[in-house]
Amino acid sequence: MELINLSIKAIFVENILLAFFLGMCSYLAVSKKVSTAIGLGIAVIFVLTITAPVNWLVYTFILKKGALVWLHPSYAEIDLSFLNFIVFIAVIASMVQIVEMVVEKISMKLYHALGIFLPLITVNCAILGVALFMVERNYSLAETTVFGISSGFGWFLAIISMAAIREKLRYSNIPKGLRGLGITMLITGLIAMAFMSFSGINI
Amino acid sequence: MFKLLQKLKPHFEKDGKFHLFFPVFEMAETILFVLPSRTKKGAHIRDALDMKRFMFLVVIAATPAFLFGIFNVGYQYFLAAGINATFLDIVLKGLFIVLPIYITALVVGGLWEVLFAVVRKHEVNEGFLVSSFLIPMIVPPTIPLWQVAIATSFGIVIGKEVFGGVGMNIFNPALVSRAFLFFAYPKSISGDSVWTLFPEKVIDTYTTATPLAIISETHHGTVIDTLVTKGYTFWEMFIGIIPGSIGETSTLAIFLGAIMLLITGIASWRIMLSVFAGGIAISFLFNVLSPDASHIFAIPFHYHLVMGGFAFGAVFMATDPVSASATNTGKYIYGFLIGVIALLIRCLNPAYPEGMMLAILFMNLFAPLIDYFVLSSHKKRRLKRAAK
Repeated sequence: MELINLSIKAIFVENILLAFFLGMCSYLAVSKKVSTAIGLGIAVIFVLTITAPVNWLVYTFILKKGALVWLHPSYAEIDLSFLNFIVFIAVIASMVQIVEMVVEKISMKLYHALGIFLPLITVNCAILGVALFMVERNYSLAETTVFGISSGFGWFLAIISMAAIREKLRYSNIPKGLRGLGITMLITGLIAMAFMSFSGINI
Repeated sequence: MFKLLQKLKPHFEKDGKFHLFFPVFEMAETILFVLPSRTKKGAHIRDALDMKRFMFLVVIAATPAFLFGIFNVGYQYFLAAGINATFLDIVLKGLFIVLPIYITALVVGGLWEVLFAVVRKHEVNEGFLVSSFLIPMIVPPTIPLWQVAIATSFGIVIGKEVFGGVGMNIFNPALVSRAFLFFAYPKSISGDSVWTLFPEKVIDTYTTATPLAIISETHHGTVIDTLVTKGYTFWEMFIGIIPGSIGETSTLAIFLGAIMLLITGIASWRIMLSVFAGGIAISFLFNVLSPDASHIFAIPFHYHLVMGGFAFGAVFMATDPVSASATNTGKYIYGFLIGVIALLIRCLNPAYPEGMMLAILFMNLFAPLIDYFVLSSHKKRRLKRAAK
């Protein structure tokens, strides 16, 4: 029940994109077509599902203060958490490399559609954000995994709905100054407002 | 009248003295006289067809609920004051409260629409008449007028004009206004004390909770009993003599509007039906899950349908053809999810006692996506058939 609550919270209530505005750059850039958006969204879910637990393991058994006790009791004072950022990013980067190779192997079309944005997942702040939230909120391994998947799913939901809206907007007569990113920002704000309807739900 | 307009016309056309105001002139002309070219049936907003009759019919359909709202505001006022008033007094009082709100919404909405029409050189669209008519109906009677003005501006400009005007918006402008009010000025649109306008002398001692606020609180005995002891029976809520937003209390008046919308074919029966189906289905599920009879889950479905803005949202907001799904299958999904989410927010979210408006706003956002998936599955099916 606790985990379901966490998952609903990560998808709807505290959507990583719409509540924290993490991962905006690829969200704005790749949301022009639904098919590409679905591809990138799935890539983000996939990367988050892998990196969140891996980062948790790395953090709990290497980086955290006293984490190295399993090697030798005298290491209890060692605190490597100043390495958090660099290690998390290294883990994420290597995972993205793997995803990229897999995508290239499986679907050349998707690979070309995603283009530069797949490597850019490395610096997608949503991914690093999840790793840092996990540290900040003291999640357990199970919680981290659920949080990772749900955050990815929330991001996926946000980007495909935005892509569908933008496909529809191609027929709209938007004022010149707002075309492109301007209207996208406005829609993002409105979407965030619609998502606020869930804030406060506790199951 | 017609001749007068024809005489004035050259001044407004290109090179005329008032050519800047051509949109205004055009609006007056087309409202007063039916143009020779128009579509007969099934005006669809994504095509630039003649929308005028369409919009007017929506306004006419909403009129019973609006008129009842005027009566109810006055009625609740005198009830709170403890004065026995005649029917005329009640209506006058209601008019005195509701008309300023309506006029504010109309003037502000109209100003923005005309401004955009003049600057962007398109025709004035009657969509703002509908939005300005619906906005007063979904706000509490105590709302300050300046908030109405700001909310209307936000709804019309950010909700509609930046997308290019009527027919191109993603969200329902009236709902954007309401959500804006809800999040920007929560004090004047939620709580127990905003739903009835009070005479000054009793203002400190008298509060009226809406039925939804009552059931959200903890209480003893079954939910229905609690409602009845507070003075809300099913039939009272159905007829609408309860505190609430101006136009949404009377399910009866809303049904009159719904019948009219359905007969004229303006609103989609698929959406209306599936919104109610979604609401009924989820309330049965809640009934099963309910731990005991005093819990909010235990409310029978027909009570859900007459409380709060459920009926109003289902009839006038969800069916807005611009922001709803356009495909038939999509309409069923869209409506059903609105019903489900509205009651989910109503029963599960302690922060908001009412969820109908937010649910519709939320589904507006997913309507294009639903259409996308419906269309792509349709394409796949056709391709399969063709391949055989």
